[in-house]
Amino acid sequence: MTESNKPKEQDILMELEDVHMFFGKVCALAGVSLKVRKGEIHSVIGPNGAGKTVMMNIINGLYSPQKGNIFYKQKKINALKPFERAQLGISRTFQKVEVFGGMTVLDNIRLGRHIHMKSGITTGSIYLGKTAREEVEHRNFIEEQIIDLLEIQHIRHKPVGMLPYGLQKRVELGRALALEPELLILDEPLAGLNLEEVEDMARFVLDISEEERWRVTCILVEHDMGVVMDLSDRVFVLNFGNMIIDGTPDEVQNHPEVIKAYLGEEDLYATRA
Amino acid sequence: MKITKDLTIPKLFYEKAGQYGKGRVAMREKEFGIWRPITWHDYFQNVKYLTLGLIRLGLEEGDKVAMIGDNRPEGLWAEMATICARGVGVWLFQDCLIDEVKYIIDHSDTKFLFGEGQEEVDKAISVFNECPKLERIIWDDPKGMRDYNQDYLISLKEVQDLGRELEQQQPELFEKMIQKGHGDEVALLFYTSGTTSLPKGALLSHNNMLTMGQHLMAVDPCMETDDYASYLPFAWIGEQMMSISCGLQVGYTINFPEKPETGQENIREVGPHVMFAPPRMYEQMTRTIQVKYLDATWMKRKFYALSTKIGYHVADLKFQKKRIPWYWAFLQWLAYISVQKKIKDHLGLSRVRNAYTGGAAMGPDHFRFFHALGVNLKQIYGQTEVAGISVVHRSGDIKFDTVGHPIPETEIKITEDGEILTRSPSVFLGYYKNPEATQETLIDGWLYSGDKGFIDDDGHLVVFDRTKDVFTLRDGRPFSPQYLETRLKFSPYVRDSWVIGDKREYVTAVICIDYAVVGNWADEKKINYTSYQELSQMPDIYNLVEAQIRQANKDLPETARVVKFMNLYKEFDADDDELTRTRKLRRAFVEKRYQDIVEALYLDNDNVHIDTTIKYEDGREAHIKTDLHIRKVEE
Repeated sequence: MTESNKPKEQDILMELEDVHMFFGKVCALAGVSLKVRKGEIHSVIGPNGAGKTVMMNIINGLYSPQKGNIFYKQKKINALKPFERAQLGISRTFQKVEVFGGMTVLDNIRLGRHIHMKSGITTGSIYLGKTAREEVEHRNFIEEQIIDLLEIQHIRHKPVGMLPYGLQKRVELGRALALEPELLILDEPLAGLNLEEVEDMARFVLDISEEERWRVTCILVEHDMGVVMDLSDRVFVLNFGNMIIDGTPDEVQNHPEVIKAYLGEEDLYATRA
Repeated sequence: MKITKDLTIPKLFYEKAGQYGKGRVAMREKEFGIWRPITWHDYFQNVKYLTLGLIRLGLEEGDKVAMIGDNRPEGLWAEMATICARGVGVWLFQDCLIDEVKYIIDHSDTKFLFGEGQEEVDKAISVFNECPKLERIIWDDPKGMRDYNQDYLISLKEVQDLGRELEQQQPELFEKMIQKGHGDEVALLFYTSGTTSLPKGALLSHNNMLTMGQHLMAVDPCMETDDYASYLPFAWIGEQMMSISCGLQVGYTINFPEKPETGQENIREVGPHVMFAPPRMYEQMTRTIQVKYLDATWMKRKFYALSTKIGYHVADLKFQKKRIPWYWAFLQWLAYISVQKKIKDHLGLSRVRNAYTGGAAMGPDHFRFFHALGVNLKQIYGQTEVAGISVVHRSGDIKFDTVGHPIPETEIKITEDGEILTRSPSVFLGYYKNPEATQETLIDGWLYSGDKGFIDDDGHLVVFDRTKDVFTLRDGRPFSPQYLETRLKFSPYVRDSWVIGDKREYVTAVICIDYAVVGNWADEKKINYTSYQELSQMPDIYNLVEAQIRQANKDLPETARVVKFMNLYKEFDADDDELTRTRKLRRAFVEKRYQDIVEALYLDNDNVHIDTTIKYEDGREAHIKTDLHIRKVEE
């Protein structure tokens, strides 16, 4: 890493510091450090079983590491539960979609708004004044910011379970965005999608990252190298719990070990095109 | 209202906006999940500032302004503003490929282009350097536009701001512009879909458009309290006729769906009173019902079958202009409350007084189907060159193989060769930059349509087919391939069909199966498939299609029956030039493209080898190498 590339402390939104994670005697992460800068798309790549999802689960609070620290906005958040981290502005999608299949698209997205609901049980049961106003605000946010962005107007009232996989992934992203996150973890958002859906999803990720309204910092776990190299500001390469390199897409593509371990010596670009 | 030669679209717009003001809703758009009204006052203000903005940008009299995008209020504002600024409006189909965009922009000498959002702007940017007359691209949806900094790009809001500035300097300018102008001046330049060649630009005057609206409304009056749903491309003359010609005169509310995909759902919410759509929309509705029927429970199917039987019987009585006995009327009422009412509601047809179909041929089966549902569906006949339509069915005088009587002030004549000629105040001014074509089409005020037809004993016009498409069967009889094609399409499993057999020994057909419907059918039968190509070639699917063909063959003369057919490995697509943008088959083109197939259908072969490359929308290509089966239809 060159001097100018070194992140300044105040730019760093989230940091993993020497994180170790064991499952019994299996070492999933062996001292991993990652610094995610505000406003960037930071990708994490690596072969299957490298520990990518474990890393995401640690950031999001599903797992607590045996050793090492997690900082969010310079504060140590090791002890915080997932919902507390969500309140801080960390949101995520899952490798295998985790939506409520029997509920409509709108209801799934509304769930993501839950932590922003201020009115309590009393005002809620009367549904006057503050609660009603609040509901209108949430409705506007969901319609104008999320449904419009993700172009899911036509499925608003459909049960998610009946939708094709590609749309389910979109709904899940919608729910994660409803939280108005500052840090969004995208765990393989493109897996199982067809070419057109991949293009759409890549566009949404860019919109979320670049659009003035959002400017969300993203951690992207993905296998589609073409997309990763196109979208990311930085790429972190993980192999069997160890970091190989954390650098710009160019640096990563030319790193001999990466080529050997992940990209394959002959087939440098494992992409769909 | 009297339409004088002095009246122009802007003058009428000015009058109507003044008359209705803030008290009436001119249009509604579903946005962010809510129907948002736009009053005549809002409509007027938006058009006014846009008009002045265009003038400020340098629009001069007769300059062309093109528009591309989905149906949205902004599209109509742009068109109205162009006409108010004394420019000429040109609409492009939203799904036009870059080559088509380039051809039309270049040929029409377009100066400004309105593109809805990023996709349209991208198309415009890619042709910008090749179209020297194009000066500005105006966009309105900011989504995805953050990184565009070309200096010829400007947003619709900025143009309106320029208009506001200009108004401060010259407050009278807009009124002055409106008062200028004459009915015979060009208002719109409309590119025809072109089943045969490159699109031709038809010049339509204010008077053409206004008389068109007046004459249609004289036949089937609409009220200002009516609702109309605008969801078909503005680049189609039928939509212009309803939104501009009729909409402006009657003052009904125009409703815009949220997105093209939500169209059907939104139409249901609106419940329009009048509807005009090409046959494919009605075909789609029929298919929806047929497929839902197949999926329904035993009980529902029984009820449906019974109500359809009643519906067909009553419809046939009406067709024959016979009195409906009271017991049939009662049964019809039962069928209505138990089944038809609900189906009509689902299709958004519950309030429809008049539904029109035109722009292509509709099969008698579809036609009867809607009448059996109690929908007053009427055929119309017309073309871009008469600013819409010239012939329409009258209520209570409907024959499903005709298109009805001419509308007021319209004369129809058949030449000795059987070509249909039209003369009316709505006949266009000529083709843009194409005097040869104008001379061939416009002779002594008569419009030569190129369609073959005749007038039947009741004075109804019967449109046979395009003159050059009419077949000669082996017994020497003329035959319309379109007729058979539309009959085949009545099957929900058939998406498109192409009938061959001009001066041949027998008639054959190439079928494009409906992927969704046939796919569903295959799923139920536990047939595995991975692609359209594979599915289309399965013996089971051939059996299925064969049964549909036998059904269509039933009451045809023996020489006109389909003897052999094959399923194509792909659907016909306008992007491949196989269909026009309004989904009419481009016969000459497909005949050339699938020459091998045509030849094989008239040999003793059982299959034909295909080795071809297909191009996807994103520019990728795929090589296809396959054997297509040819099936003989068993008697």
